Amino acid sequence: MGLNKEQIAKRIAQEMKDGMYVNLGIGIPTLVSNYVPEGIEIMLQSENGILGMGPYPEEKDIDADLINAGKETVTLLKGGVYFDSAESFGMIRAGKVDLTVLGAMEVSENGDIANWKIPGKMVKGMGGAMDLVASAKNIIVAMQHTNPKGESKLLPSCTLPLTGVGCVKKIVSDLGVFDVTADGFVCLEYAPGVTIDEIKAKTAGKLRIADDVKEMVF
Amino acid sequence: MGLNKVVAGADEAIKDIPSGATLMLGGFGLCGIPENCIAALVRKGIKDLTCISNNAGVDGFGLGLLLQTRQIKKMMSSYVGENAEFERQLLNGELEVDLIPQGTLATRIAMGGWGIPAFFTPAGYGTEIAEGKEIREFNGKKYLMEMGLVSDFSIVKASKGDTLGNLVFEKTTKNFSQAMAKASKITIAEVEELVEPGELDPEQIHVAGIYVHRIFKGSNYEKRIERRTVKK
Repeated sequence: MGLNKEQIAKRIAQEMKDGMYVNLGIGIPTLVSNYVPEGIEIMLQSENGILGMGPYPEEKDIDADLINAGKETVTLLKGGVYFDSAESFGMIRAGKVDLTVLGAMEVSENGDIANWKIPGKMVKGMGGAMDLVASAKNIIVAMQHTNPKGESKLLPSCTLPLTGVGCVKKIVSDLGVFDVTADGFVCLEYAPGVTIDEIKAKTAGKLRIADDVKEMVF
Repeated sequence: MGLNKVVAGADEAIKDIPSGATLMLGGFGLCGIPENCIAALVRKGIKDLTCISNNAGVDGFGLGLLLQTRQIKKMMSSYVGENAEFERQLLNGELEVDLIPQGTLATRIAMGGWGIPAFFTPAGYGTEIAEGKEIREFNGKKYLMEMGLVSDFSIVKASKGDTLGNLVFEKTTKNFSQAMAKASKITIAEVEELVEPGELDPEQIHVAGIYVHRIFKGSNYEKRIERRTVKK
């Protein structure tokens, strides 16, 4: 058994460093903010125009004029700032945001990512994903290791239309933690109860097991 | 007076928008959308509109209202997934859609307002968005050329405005509206609160009146929330 969504989020939260500005995508990435370790101070950016995004509001504080990029009602922390979309993406493009965490349908061994379109199905749009992956200094992908059919999502090359090229630095899946290097995927940690053999069997792209590979600790 | 931009209401503000016009419509999802002007566009019944807007509303609200009445020919957006009528029209070939990365869209609008015809951005390099676009390398990184956007009309909703057209947007309602207000030949602003010159703090104004041609106090704001999330 691999990790559940909360556990993936919890492991990604360990990647947060004190003082980071972080953009969290919709889904598992959003959960990461619940597990930021004590003593680590980060600030969340939401691309619709917030720096210093806080938790969901109490019912009485809900404000239709204050939402995040997932269109959810949120709050602003003390010292937080609002700005417009053009400035928000300027901030992202100029590399001021230290870390982006987002989901993916596929990642290739050279760090390409596909997460916006399945040909033949309804296409909803890329939102801010292409801008974020093209410019973030560090990108961590949070995803299931395989698709619902059991096929690997860590591939030699993506089969779906790309969102960005050569940009993913790290993947935290339900099976483990992987760096994306010039030499392909490198397994750094395996989830409790998951074997290296299972990881090898479910990784279609080039995979190396780190010499000091270890069981994930929360 | 010459610099007084006040018009009676939404119907007067949009009265010369013809069928086939290109409109920028402010808002992000349903946050900060020009509800009064959208209702007036539905009443006026003009057709074949090209709408530049980050999203396309939801069924029965926001731009979803203009989709329902088949007044939109083309959408230029970054994310359009919240609308069954949209999906139906798209799959039936009744609606054209130009999907644009969100930051590229925001910047194309901002550059339009700054009088800059084109710029380079890395978003979409190596993807199908790059097809047919000029690619340049700067400092070892590849960039696409994207064009600034200027349209016939911008329609935005601001929290406050004065009779000279100065605008203030609260919280996350700045979104696309702040840049759109500067990027059209004619900008129409509907505001929750309309005040006299001097009543807005000049340090707090987001859009200067020079960009705004018509302003009116809107009414009956519904301010629908797309995802009502509360602390557990």
